[in-house]
Amino acid sequence: MKKMNGRTISKTTKNNLITYGIVIAAFVIMQTLISTGNVSSLIEGIMVPICIYVIMAVSLNLVVGILGELSLGHAGFMCVGAFSSAFFSKCMRDVITVDGLRFFLAMLIGIAVAAVFGILIGIPVLRLKGDYLAIVTLAFGEIIKNLVNVLFIGKDANGFHFSLKDILDLDMEPDGTVIVNGPQGITGTPQDSTFLIGFIMILISLFVILNLINSRDGRAIMAIRDNRIAAESIGINITKYKLMAFTVSAALAGSAGVLYAHNLSTLTANTNNFGYNQSIMILVFVVLGGMGSIRGSVIAATVLTLLPELLRGMQDYRMLIYAIVLIAMMLFNWAPKAIEWRERHLRFGRKKKEAVE
Amino acid sequence: MKMSFISYLINGLSLGSVYAIIALGYTMVYGIAKMLNFAHGDVIMIGAYMALIAMSQAGLSPVIAVLIAVVVCTVLGVVIERVAYKPLRNAASSLSVLITAIGVSYLLQNIALLVFGSNAQTFPTVIEWTGITLAGGQISISGVTVVTIAVCLVIMAVLVAFVQKTKPGQAMRAVSEDKGAAQLMGINVNGTIALTFAIGSALAAVAGVLYCSAYPSVTPYTGAMPGIKAFVAAVFGGIGSIPGAFIGGLLLGVIEIFGRVYSSQLADALVFAVLIIVLLVKPTGLLGRKIQEKV
Repeated sequence: MKKMNGRTISKTTKNNLITYGIVIAAFVIMQTLISTGNVSSLIEGIMVPICIYVIMAVSLNLVVGILGELSLGHAGFMCVGAFSSAFFSKCMRDVITVDGLRFFLAMLIGIAVAAVFGILIGIPVLRLKGDYLAIVTLAFGEIIKNLVNVLFIGKDANGFHFSLKDILDLDMEPDGTVIVNGPQGITGTPQDSTFLIGFIMILISLFVILNLINSRDGRAIMAIRDNRIAAESIGINITKYKLMAFTVSAALAGSAGVLYAHNLSTLTANTNNFGYNQSIMILVFVVLGGMGSIRGSVIAATVLTLLPELLRGMQDYRMLIYAIVLIAMMLFNWAPKAIEWRERHLRFGRKKKEAVE
Repeated sequence: MKMSFISYLINGLSLGSVYAIIALGYTMVYGIAKMLNFAHGDVIMIGAYMALIAMSQAGLSPVIAVLIAVVVCTVLGVVIERVAYKPLRNAASSLSVLITAIGVSYLLQNIALLVFGSNAQTFPTVIEWTGITLAGGQISISGVTVVTIAVCLVIMAVLVAFVQKTKPGQAMRAVSEDKGAAQLMGINVNGTIALTFAIGSALAAVAGVLYCSAYPSVTPYTGAMPGIKAFVAAVFGGIGSIPGAFIGGLLLGVIEIFGRVYSSQLADALVFAVLIIVLLVKPTGLLGRKIQEKV
């Protein structure tokens, strides 16, 4: 028994090491190509977005693949992380002049605020399940996006002023500056995000998630996914573990938001970056990479972000192809008839079933 | 002040009627197939485009255009159900059909984007009638508003009669109660589910025409927001309940219009806040029934 236990642990460790290895190798290769000048500036420019999407996909996979609940508001947490950190960076631009330190603090703040939102939203939302949970997370994502769009914050000698209406409503002294300008968002955020920082954040995210999955807590979370009632009956605290997975996922999405905010000089919230569409994009990465497979998410997010840039002519058909692939993957993986067919004709289908049994 | 209150209320009821018609489609499909049909909102958009093409390019009369939209959407709804949802009906994970529905929604949006382009197209006038004025010209109600509310009431009455009195309606209720038992009673379960999708999609086409008559511009994303809001309405009224969808739709429309008086961005947030509050306080909705979970 002990021997077998040891073998399974070494197998997961090996698997995890392969995942880390792929990420590190990809980083080293890209970094060498960039420093030797073999990469176009276009590709160089999407390195940070790739890091952002990888973190988003990996963190959403924790909720969708490991916890087994569909969250459609993942971009909302990214939005929270992005705006809180950009707000901090802009306020502190003249106070903390060391870029690295300021960015580090901004990162911590973005993660912390996103995590707090994760808990606040998680407590009511996680009482629901299935379709309802999906639609409520969608609702929360949209509420966050809409609120950010009507949020005005200014700063003058008297301190901060808030408003949900317009700049005039801030009622500032003439010397005051507007920091968050409603639909125009935050402008002039220091551009501190680099490929190296993105890479480090990916490693941290992978470390957090892979360790969580292979811990006692992670097994409890997966037990909830496989059978909620059975898990509850053996004494697993459903709410606690659901909230844990949800909050960790939100915090990591927040870190992706921080990278996003500090990669662009203008930060605005619209449907394509922090709305429903973005959440669906991330979901596509997770589904294509394989729900529950962290390595799959990393690869899918990288390939699907890189591919449209390499195949510019395909731009118009990109989303169409995503949609078709999404449907086809679902039908192939989950339809009872497709599973039966796979078991009869393909070897890996049969093998998978044996492994389950 | 009082007059503007009344005119907001009427606008709210008009928008609410459209939500109610869409919500009927959601609620019937949810009641019978236990799935959230994310693509429902995009069927609305397809319906609006069909009516638009029939009128502005083929030059047909509005009545025929609406009929064409209804037929196309009905076929579309049945095809979607057959191709994308039916194979997953007995799948182990309920997540799979939900993600497939999102995929279908995306597919429809992107097909529309390729075929019709991303520019907003102006929706032609379907209802020529200018409407009525009340209280000595202080309140004017447009023809679209009157027709929308009237159509909603008629659809509602017909649907309730259909579900309560006819054989196929009885079959629908039986299937939503217990699929297995219904099959043993000789009910064609697949046929009944397909019929539900057909009715829901036909209603979506009508809703699409009415929505675009009130807000006359069509883009590939036209259907997404009303679709989600109508789902909120369906949940609000109690999912699976036809009168619930009606009441939920009307209430939501009124809430949204009054929210919009303050800020249009916050109006959307308000609608979603309603959803969250309803789900937390009374997850079964206003008229929904509580379903016990079996182990």
